[in-house]
Amino acid sequence: MTALSLGDLFGSLDNFLSFTAGGLVFGAIYALIALGYTMVYGVLQLINFAHSEVFMYGTFAVAWTFVLLHGTDSVTQGLTEALPILLVALVAAMAVSAGIALLLERVAYRPLINRNAPRLIALISAIGASFALAEAMGLRDRFASWVGLDDNLAEYVSPDKARDVYSNPVTIQPEGLFDVGGYTVTDVDLVIVAAAVLMMVALDQFVRRTRFGRGIRAVAQDPESAALMGVNPTKVVRLTFLIGGLMAGAAATLYMLKIGSTRQNAGFILGVKAFTAAVMGGIGNLRGALVGGLLLGVMENWGSAVFGSQWKDVVAFVLLVLILLVRPSGLLGESLGKARA
Amino acid sequence: MMTLVRTLLAWIADHWDAIIDRYNALPVVSKVAISTTIALFFFALPILRPPIITTNQIDFGGVMFLVAITALIAVGLNIVIGYAGLLDLGYVGFYAVGAYTTGVLTSHHGSWPFWLVLPVAIAITMISGVLLGTPTLRVRGDYLAIVTLGFGEIIRISAKNIEWLGASAGIKDIPPPNSFGPAATPPFDPGGFFTIPHLEWDGFVPGISETRETAVLIFGVRDAIPYYWLALLALILVLIGDRLIKSSRIGRAWEATREDEDAAELMGVPTFKYKLMAFSLGAAIGGLAGAFKASSQGGFISPESFPLLLSILFVAAVIVGGSGNRWGVIVGASLVAYLPERFRGFEDYRYLVFGLALMLLAIWRPEGLLPPRRARRAKAVEAEIEALQGSDVEAVKDRG
Amino acid sequence: MAEQKAILEVDDVTIRFGGLTALDQVSFDIREGEILGLIGPNGAGKTTCFNVMTGVYQATSGQVRFDGRPLANLKRHKITKLGIARTFQNIRLFKSMTVLENVMVGADAHSKVSFFEALFRLPRHRHTEAESLARAEYLLELVGITARHDELAANLSYGDQRRLEIARAMATGPKLLCLDEPAAGFNPAEKQRLMELIRRVRDEGYTVLLIEHDMRLVMGVTDRIVVLEFGKKIAEGAPAEIRDNPAVIAAYLGVDEEDAS
Repeated sequence: MTALSLGDLFGSLDNFLSFTAGGLVFGAIYALIALGYTMVYGVLQLINFAHSEVFMYGTFAVAWTFVLLHGTDSVTQGLTEALPILLVALVAAMAVSAGIALLLERVAYRPLINRNAPRLIALISAIGASFALAEAMGLRDRFASWVGLDDNLAEYVSPDKARDVYSNPVTIQPEGLFDVGGYTVTDVDLVIVAAAVLMMVALDQFVRRTRFGRGIRAVAQDPESAALMGVNPTKVVRLTFLIGGLMAGAAATLYMLKIGSTRQNAGFILGVKAFTAAVMGGIGNLRGALVGGLLLGVMENWGSAVFGSQWKDVVAFVLLVLILLVRPSGLLGESLGKARA
Repeated sequence: MMTLVRTLLAWIADHWDAIIDRYNALPVVSKVAISTTIALFFFALPILRPPIITTNQIDFGGVMFLVAITALIAVGLNIVIGYAGLLDLGYVGFYAVGAYTTGVLTSHHGSWPFWLVLPVAIAITMISGVLLGTPTLRVRGDYLAIVTLGFGEIIRISAKNIEWLGASAGIKDIPPPNSFGPAATPPFDPGGFFTIPHLEWDGFVPGISETRETAVLIFGVRDAIPYYWLALLALILVLIGDRLIKSSRIGRAWEATREDEDAAELMGVPTFKYKLMAFSLGAAIGGLAGAFKASSQGGFISPESFPLLLSILFVAAVIVGGSGNRWGVIVGASLVAYLPERFRGFEDYRYLVFGLALMLLAIWRPEGLLPPRRARRAKAVEAEIEALQGSDVEAVKDRG
Repeated sequence: MAEQKAILEVDDVTIRFGGLTALDQVSFDIREGEILGLIGPNGAGKTTCFNVMTGVYQATSGQVRFDGRPLANLKRHKITKLGIARTFQNIRLFKSMTVLENVMVGADAHSKVSFFEALFRLPRHRHTEAESLARAEYLLELVGITARHDELAANLSYGDQRRLEIARAMATGPKLLCLDEPAAGFNPAEKQRLMELIRRVRDEGYTVLLIEHDMRLVMGVTDRIVVLEFGKKIAEGAPAEIRDNPAVIAAYLGVDEEDAS
């Protein structure tokens, strides 16, 4: 496609670049969430449906951290100004998300794994957990009033408005850094993409090079042999959930940095997208998650530019079907255990 | 309390086979008598309005209609998930296709009578099943889940953005099915051939209601019961067909494909053809349910009537009930449709409770409330083997 | 046995997986009514050869013809319908179906009953169903597991599962029955019974291809033997000839005693 026809499709070349860049930013967030799906699937062959809630709790952790450390007065700050609290929020979000992920493992999956239940039933348990977690967040004001804390915690639980949008009091104003063909790259965009790629690379190295990583790969390939070789599958599964949670927490922070607000059902559609990204890249494959996430983000942005934003999700799913038809196991293939690499 | 529920559930599942076996051993006359009685009971349920199970905050007939529709959907989805082993997370898409076909042909762009639209809606939904299935049924199982999920969303988003389909306002004033018998003349004459008064309960003492009655057979805005009867009738017919097909070579081919696709193929089963058949049959039944939904009491559908969440609920109904067992999935569907309506008083908490209940059920009864025979038998053998191994250990100890 | 018409011809077949040549210009025939043994040390290409005959793999070059008809590009279930049936080295039954149902699935291979015939229980459905049932029961009797016909396949003993695999494959009405290491894991008494069963199957009019490790079983039951080593055919002939063939002896001496027995 030449630049001219791109210009025709997108209005102008600038538009094209800005849609691409915007897609990359969202794609990076998809990719980080997709990691959680891909790792759990690689190890357990389970679609961790509740992973979207792991992410959603992370977004609330970010907003709560700002409320706690900054207060509720709405201000607009630059990235550098907000950075100290943002870093604390990142740690908080990763901790909260990891905590939720571990809780899920313990409550919703462990009893089923121990009993060798059919795989579909684990999906149902996951769906149940997802409902319960999202609803619990939407009912947080009730829970607070049960214990009589709703007044003290009003700014956190938003009495009577717990199901509404919950915003970070600090709006982070992106600052333009440099131009690429007419599109201004902002510091926020750069941080999001760089952070996501950095975390993916770190995780990839972790899985490839460390003892824990070897354990994960061994269990993904063949749980029984791995157990015979002295790998503790229970620990590996827990570690997988932990890592997925940590990455979702990071994704939540980046999401809040970009969007600035969340709500109790914010996880659902993002989770579906992230899972789509994981499948596109080849589920179980860490690098596939990155490729799938970025590709999905870019393609759906292009799609919304060409067909209108209401068709964004349709473009995403049609793309998924096309990719699966051409490459039935995703772009990079399935290979957490490198079994089929 | 929890253990009690758990024990009770296990007891019912354990005795289910025995009940079915005993039924099958009966002479034909008794079988017909028993099934007719049971069917009649269910037809009469919204008229009997039994205490405890009757919903108070919301019209019981309407709730029963919802239950019947959901059961119909669960039976259809059971063919896809339970028999053929295809995880379809976008079943709501077919439900929507059926409903929209009905809406478009009876009200939005035509004025066809319901009884003519019904077969057309089923056919169109079935074709949409073939169109979606042909490219996607070749991809592996778990991927099918996400692809179908995408399909459900595509249908909803398309309905929302296409003017011709009413966009986000949806389709209003979809006419009900054509009534039988003299038309109603409000406000006094309910019409129909005759009317059946409902029961009214004072505590546990039944009496005949003077205000509530159902006209046979008027599909109007006042009374949901005729719609329920229609859906129940369809459910019974579909169940009979389901049983006939399941116990033929087609049912065997589905099971073989689900068990081991490669082996089935090498035993001469054209697995793709059978998967596509299950998928489009399931779709057709979803479309049937959708047609009923569109022409039900309110006569209104919109994209928001078919959220992704509904697909998830349908799958939950099938698996909670016992994927592969037609009675199990009906129980599952009834719970999923009925419980949230029954406990409207706890409106705000109902999805929280639903989620927790789903999780608990999955953990307590991984094979579903009424698992298919195969799962239960396999379990019994496992238990036996465990017992044997246990006794081996004992024996070794004794010797030691 | 007199020279008879070849039912299956493997003609100059080569299969490569990436750089690895699994089969290298292999040619042999299977003649109608015989029991042909296909043997060779581990990794010689026996199972690959088997898979190319049943349509699981496509030959890189060369051709497999069945009844004179090339099998390339045919769907696997079509090949079954033409008349080639197989068992699996690592048993692959439909575990949560009953023994009888497993065999019925095989018997359905030639059924032409349509959806509507089944739904409305039309005469053809009833006839076919009765025929399939009778055939399945006969085959269960033949392999000797009639008593367990209502059991789930998963609950059968190992030996009975292998027997069920044979019955299921025979139910598809094959002209050629391919058995992939049917004696794996059997004790000598079971092997003896299996040999008798294979002979009975041949006497029923089936042609049998037998892939087997156990030399005594192969020597005892087959009419002719083809020997593969490293993807190449190194010998072909009657059991007595093969026993004395220096190339075969060398091939088998090259591997562990355990693997050869």
